[in-house]
Order: sequence, then structure tokens, then C-alpha cells
Amino acid sequence: MNPLELAGARPGPAFTVTFDGRPVEALPGQTVAAALWAAGVTSWRSTRSQGRPRGVFCGIGVCFDCLVTVNGLPNRRACLVPVRPGDVIATQDGTGQEEACHAD
Amino acid sequence: MSESLTCDVVVVGAGVVGAATALYAGRAGLDTVVVDRGPVAGGTTGAGEGNLLVSDKEPGPELELALLSSRLWAALAREGLGRAVEYEAKGGVVVAGTDRALAGLEKLAAEQRAAGVEAVPVPPDALTDLEPYLAPGLAGGMHYPQDAQVMPALAAAHLLRASKARVLTGREVTGVLRGPDGAVRGVRTDRGVLHAPAVVNAAGTWGGEVAARAGVSLPVLPRRGFVLVTEPLPPRIRHKVYAADYVADVASDSAALHTSPVVEGTPAGPVLIGASRERVGFDRSLSLPALRALAAGATGLFPFLAGVRALRTYAGFRPYLPDHLPAIGPDARAPGLFHACGHEGAGIGLATGTGHLLAQVLSGRTPDLDLFPFRPDRFTEEAE
Amino acid sequence: MRTDLAVVGAGPAGLAAALAACARGVRVTLVDAAAQPGGQYYRQPAAGLGAARPEALHHRWRTWKRLRDGLAAHAVHVLTDHHVWSAERTPDGFTVHALLGPEQDQPVEVRARAVLLATGGYEKVLPFPGWTLPGVVTAGGAQAMLKGGLAVPGRRAVVAGTGPLLLPVATGLAAAGVEVAALVESAGPGRLARHGRALAGKLPEGAGYAARLLRHRVPVLTRHTVVRAHGDDRLTGVTVASLDAEGRVRPGTERHLDCDALAVGHGMLPHTDLAESLGCRLDGLTVAIDPEQRTDVPGVWAAGEATGVGGADLALAEGHIAGCSAAAHLRGTAPGPAPAALKARAKLRRSAAALDSAYAPPAHWPEQITDDTVVCRCEEVTAGAVREALDLGAGDERTVKLLTRAGMGWCQGRMCGTAVAGLAGCPPAPGKRPFARPVPLGVLARQHPQEGPS
Repeated sequence: MNPLELAGARPGPAFTVTFDGRPVEALPGQTVAAALWAAGVTSWRSTRSQGRPRGVFCGIGVCFDCLVTVNGLPNRRACLVPVRPGDVIATQDGTGQEEACHAD
Repeated sequence: MSESLTCDVVVVGAGVVGAATALYAGRAGLDTVVVDRGPVAGGTTGAGEGNLLVSDKEPGPELELALLSSRLWAALAREGLGRAVEYEAKGGVVVAGTDRALAGLEKLAAEQRAAGVEAVPVPPDALTDLEPYLAPGLAGGMHYPQDAQVMPALAAAHLLRASKARVLTGREVTGVLRGPDGAVRGVRTDRGVLHAPAVVNAAGTWGGEVAARAGVSLPVLPRRGFVLVTEPLPPRIRHKVYAADYVADVASDSAALHTSPVVEGTPAGPVLIGASRERVGFDRSLSLPALRALAAGATGLFPFLAGVRALRTYAGFRPYLPDHLPAIGPDARAPGLFHACGHEGAGIGLATGTGHLLAQVLSGRTPDLDLFPFRPDRFTEEAE
Repeated sequence: MRTDLAVVGAGPAGLAAALAACARGVRVTLVDAAAQPGGQYYRQPAAGLGAARPEALHHRWRTWKRLRDGLAAHAVHVLTDHHVWSAERTPDGFTVHALLGPEQDQPVEVRARAVLLATGGYEKVLPFPGWTLPGVVTAGGAQAMLKGGLAVPGRRAVVAGTGPLLLPVATGLAAAGVEVAALVESAGPGRLARHGRALAGKLPEGAGYAARLLRHRVPVLTRHTVVRAHGDDRLTGVTVASLDAEGRVRPGTERHLDCDALAVGHGMLPHTDLAESLGCRLDGLTVAIDPEQRTDVPGVWAAGEATGVGGADLALAEGHIAGCSAAAHLRGTAPGPAPAALKARAKLRRSAAALDSAYAPPAHWPEQITDDTVVCRCEEVTAGAVREALDLGAGDERTVKLLTRAGMGWCQGRMCGTAVAGLAGCPPAPGKRPFARPVPLGVLARQHPQEGPS
């Protein structure tokens, strides 16, 4: 048994996104976190001060531990953001803004 | 638990001013007890940004106090407290959006220079060398290398620890003991009596209440301010940056909402955005108009902030006196009573100078600055 | 947009309230952050997953169907993907400020004559060494990811902590194919029995879970706790130990369980940020209400977990009563809630109180937190740093926060507040979060009449 079988799911066609450059299969309707979990990935952020790995904790958008960079935008909550075909998902280091947002 | 203690000085208030007073009093050899009805840094100190500014002060007694305080903060930092209190000699940058504002800023800077302030003009094209993320099109600015920053709550806690004073938190002063000659003999608290020949009122915004408990009046009033705190960011804002209108707002007598943004980064990552000012009593409830004005001012100075999220906001109450100068020194109406409160939005910065001067007075020495402009009974005289 | 009653939160309380008010002739706008109504309890699989049997993930499916069909039949205006960040009083009522999801950078305002807060709750987790490792999730989080995304955290899980939520999480994960190595409950078996009478309403449900745990061969360890989670960059196992009658770990009873997921929870906390911004009085950590579910601010009602954690059935009853009262206030009629709802509320509040005392975390849990354990997950503040702050003169949550930054990060202390209070030895205090969620400065700035420095 798996969760999809349990719920009798007949999802739309799977699509591909990338996580840190490698392809990951995702299903329509899944959040970024669900897609990553289904692919066996449990961490996608390293903390600001200790550089420790983090992933989903509260699963409902309250704890902000699952922050991730999606299509160049940092600090997205993976447990809330729906995954979309072609998404480029990247492990977020620290604030996730070290390179983004220049003055020019 | 009720107890009776005897010491040389009771300091009422465990905010940064009380802590600095305890530190310098202790160094002067005085046995000091600090008492506060709340925790350490529980009042305005805990709501402060930690500004150690000379740039926003017009020449006069407050600027002299700020310059003295600035030297003392730097000395404490050198002694090894700097790291613990997150002291940063980062400097301030004041910017002007228009030629008119710039002319005002240049005039102020010239007067400040004569009083000993370093103020370096920054032409418009050089502003981004100091602050790469500043908005384009500003008329110019002024660099104030002496402006600095500390983390206020850490500053209060670490100055208290360094003072070696006994600290009694969660204990309210309910009365000031006076002898038959009117002289102060100590304080009564909700848990016992503290005997001392000298009592320092460092109760900040609540300094008026403490004065009343000693039987004297001190018209300290609250002026509410909000601070916006952003998500953690990499270091992008290097100085304390504010618009030239800030100085006018600080000096304003109006009760209405004033917001000129003061924007600064912190070692921990978040950017702090102050400094709304309005006189609404002790009303802590959220004011979206004040926050919108702060956000508009800050994004006007630093456009990248528009995409940055505010995680929180908090209100604090600046303790001010009618002439916008603090009350520092002995109170002629109650021998043995001293005041160190009413620093408005500058209490963190002015704490060291205040504590140092009070310690000099408490130990019978001549203070480094003339305390006459700060005399606590000056409002009574006016009333007479 | 304008409405009569803005209901914030589309979980059981908000749905019941919206339906009750709408049925009584009030224009209702129901605002919720999720893509579909249901809240955490009735969280539905995303539409794109095409779940033919969502009921397999749920209990009380019939109740959900009734709510869902009621929503379809009534003229409730439902705003999904609306993340409410603040609510304010205005001269003619209230404005609810939301950000449009999932990007949350576009503002939306809902103006209403009255507001009903059904903001629900979130899970409380007490720290222990290793709790920040990937693979350690909240029990409710594991359930939310399963119900909404049909995803599970690993192959072999331990479900641990305390509280009635652990049972459905363990059986849910097991039904979804996860090997559940153990359900570790810190309450003793006797404590539940002692509260048997008040729990009468809950017992059939409990018996059902027991049968399911048996069917999935889930070992149940009562009066046990997880003392440490192991792993380098992700969870590889946990150490569990037995607790003595005082709630202390019994030395020598530690044993290791291999697992790649740990679902852990110690009860629920209410979301009260909006109530606080509106100036509503709190009673401890929950919104204070009168028998009609009114807060002390005229025009503001509250129902469900925000007014006291008690489960979905209680939330439904409270929501109904609140919706009836709000409708009566808005239309100038008498409230007249269903008598059954009043009776149910009284009974369910009693059993909630009984559950609360039966399922308490071990009395000495702060002692288990080693100095090197991160307590504030956002700012990475350790228990040692918190203890240092206590030594520096802090005696309460706020001062610890000021001296250590614990609670100043992205989650604003929602995850660490209870732990910090526990370490400080003081009762947990409400959070004081004027922003219920982060808000872009650009959104605030654009709402200001004039921009920029002069």
C-alpha cells in the first residue's frame, strides 16, 4: 500500500522539475514538499548560522523550516507552494538572498 | 519574601540608564542595588533600536552629553564589553531628497562640526559608495562616523552584570523613604525596604510615577514609536541611514504622527525600520497608518526593501520631558533623590554619559558636564 | 470587497459558523489560506491528485460531506488562498487584510461589519536532542502532508509525544504503507482510564483506533518518551525510554529504534494573533469568550481551537453557536442556536478538559533538554544560551527573547515559545504578533498616501 493507492488517486500526468539540478518527478496538485518527499528528499535548506539541513517540520505553513528557493525566489514555504512543471527547485543556503537583489 | 537591605545607592529601573548608572556608581566604589518592578530591559530599553547617535542632535547640552556618551560607549567596547552588547561603530548616513533639505542638513552639520562632531559631506554620486542599495536621485548626504549601535537589551543586561550591583527584578518600589529633615533614606518595595542615603530614579517612561512616590513632580510623558523588523538578510545596509527630516521630527512638539525612516541592518540579519513618533499615551495597539508610513519611508530610501517581508513590529514608549532634555542630577526638592530619566528616543545612546555624570555627583565630585540644563526641578520653577 | 460577516478560517468552526450565519440571512465571506476549505482536520487531497477515495484518509467523513454540501448549497462567498496577516477596527466595522497566495505578495482587503475568528491551532512540540534533524516532523504535519499531498515522510516511522492526535497519525501512516515502529505516548495507561466518564464520548473512537493499531501491528509504548533523535544529516533512529510515575526518565530503560521518520507532538496551541491585534482579551493562551462566543470587542466572535483546544466536534458546535449569535447581532434578532449544539458544547468542553489533564507532557521535560539542543529552530538558539540568559537576569519569555533572539525568527516564537517558558520556569505567555504572517514592505508602503523621503 502507498498513499496514492489508499486514496484511490488517479493523478494527472506526472511532470518533471529539477531539484539542485537533478530531475525529480512530480504530480499535479502536490506541493513542492510533497513532491520532494515522494522523491525521497527530506532536506532542502541549510541554516544561516550552523549550516544545518532542514526540511518539513510543521507541514502547515507555521514553522518556516521548509523554506526553499523556487525559480530563483528564496524563502518559499515548500509545504504551501504547489509544484509546477519545469520548476527549478534549489536548496536554500542561509537567507537565500546572498546573490539576489542587487542595487543596480 | 520580605527583606531589609542597606546600601549606598538604590537605582530604580533596570533599563539601560539604570544599568549604566549602576556600573559607574560601582566603579566609584558605591555599594549599589538596582530594583525594577519588571525584568531587566523590560521597558523602553527592550523596545529600542540601540541608536548611539550624535548626528541627530543640534548643538547644545544634549549633543555634549551624546559626545561624552559616545566616548564612554567606545571605551566600554574596548574594555571587552563590545562583543557582548553587539557594539558596532558603523557610522550614520543622513540623506536629503531635495536641495532644500540638503541645505538644511549642511547648515546643521556646520554647527555640529563646531561642537566637535565629525560630519563629512557626501555628494550624490558618492552616496552609493557608502550605501550601495540607496535609491537613486537623492540630492546628497552627510556621513557621521561617530554614530554607532548596540543591542539595547544585551547592553542593559551586560552593564548590570559588569556593575556587580545587586539586581532585584520583579520588585516594585511603592514609596520613597524620607527622614524628618526631608532627606531620602531609601525605598519601600512590595517585598521589603532598601535603606540608602541616595535613590536614583532611572525608571524611564515611568519616571514620573517614581518621582511622585518621592513626593515630587516630574512631567515625564510617553511618546509612542513603532519599529518594523524584516526577515533576516545578508548585510546590505551598512550604516544607520535616515532622511534629513528625522532631526525635525525628533525636535517636534506636535502630538501628531511623525515618521521619518531610520533604517539599519543588524548583526543578526534583520533590518530595523524606525522611528514613528506620536503622543497617544500608553496605547500599545497596532497602528497600520504608522507602519505604512514607516514602510513607505524605508522603501523610498532603499527600493529593494519593497520585496522584503516584515516579520514583526513592536511599540515602545519614549519618555520625554516638555523641553526634550532628560532630567539628570540631584533633585533640590528632596535631598538624596537623583533623577536619570526622560531621554526620549536617545536613552540607549545617552545612558553611559548619564550614568557617568550621576556617579560623579553621587560620589561628591564635580561632574564633567554642567548639569544645570538637565536639573530635574526646572519645570517646577517655570510653573511658579 | 464588502460583506456583513467575515469568517476567518475554513476549518470545522469556520464552516459551521459561516453556514449558520448564511442560513440566517447574513452575507458571509469565508476567508482561508488553503486552496480548499476544510482546515487542518478536513484537509483534502489537492484536486490534481484525482483522489477517488479521500474518505480513506479521514474520520467523520459524513460530517465533512454535510459541511461541503452545505457550502455548495448556501451563498457563502469563499475566498481560498487568502493569507490573512492582520485585522483592524475601522469606523464602520473591520478590515481583514490578506495576501493572495501562494506568492503572498498581492494585498486583498475584506471589509465587514463583523468578524468571526475561527483561526484554529497548530501543534506544540517540546524540544529534545536531535529534534531539528530532517525526518523529524510534527505529528500534525505528517498527517497534513498525507491528507493533502498523499506523501509520507519515510518508510519506517515512530509516532511519539502525547495527545489524542497521535492515534490517527499512527493509524493513518500505517494505512498508507508506512511501517510504524512504535507509538510512544508519555501518558500512562491509567491516566486515561481515570478520566473515563468525561471521555465517554471519545471512547468508541479510541476503541476503533486500538483495533486499527492492532491490525497494523503498531506496538504501543505508554509512559515512554523519545529522549533523543539520531542521525547526521537526516534521521536514522530514536532512543526511547520509560518514564517513572513522576515523569522522569528511568535510567537503564533506554532502547534504540531504527526509523527514518519521527512524527512528534505534545498537544495543540491556538492561533490568537488576529484576536490580539483587534484588542480581544485573552484568557491565558486562548481568546476569552462569553456563552454566545463573543469576544470582549463588540463585533468580534471567536470559535474553535482559538478559544480553547478541544477538537473538531467542539469546534463545530462553537462555530454554529457563534454564527447564530453573529447573525442575530447583524440582523437584530434573537440568536437561537440549535439546542443540540449548546448541549454538545458543554459535554465536549468537559471531555476536552479531561483529555488535557490526561495527556500532559512529562512533568520534568525541560530537564531532558541538553544545553547543546537547539530550542529556537529559526534563530538556532540553544537551551544553553537560554539558560545563560536566565543567569543574566531574564525570568520570562520576553526577556529571554530580547537577550537570545529565541522567538525573533521567521516563525515568531510559535515553535519555541512553550519550550522557552518551560526552561524559564514560567507559564507560557501569548505571543504578541501584530503580523499574523510576514507581509512585504512594498504592500505596506503602497497603502501609504505619500511615499519616499522629501
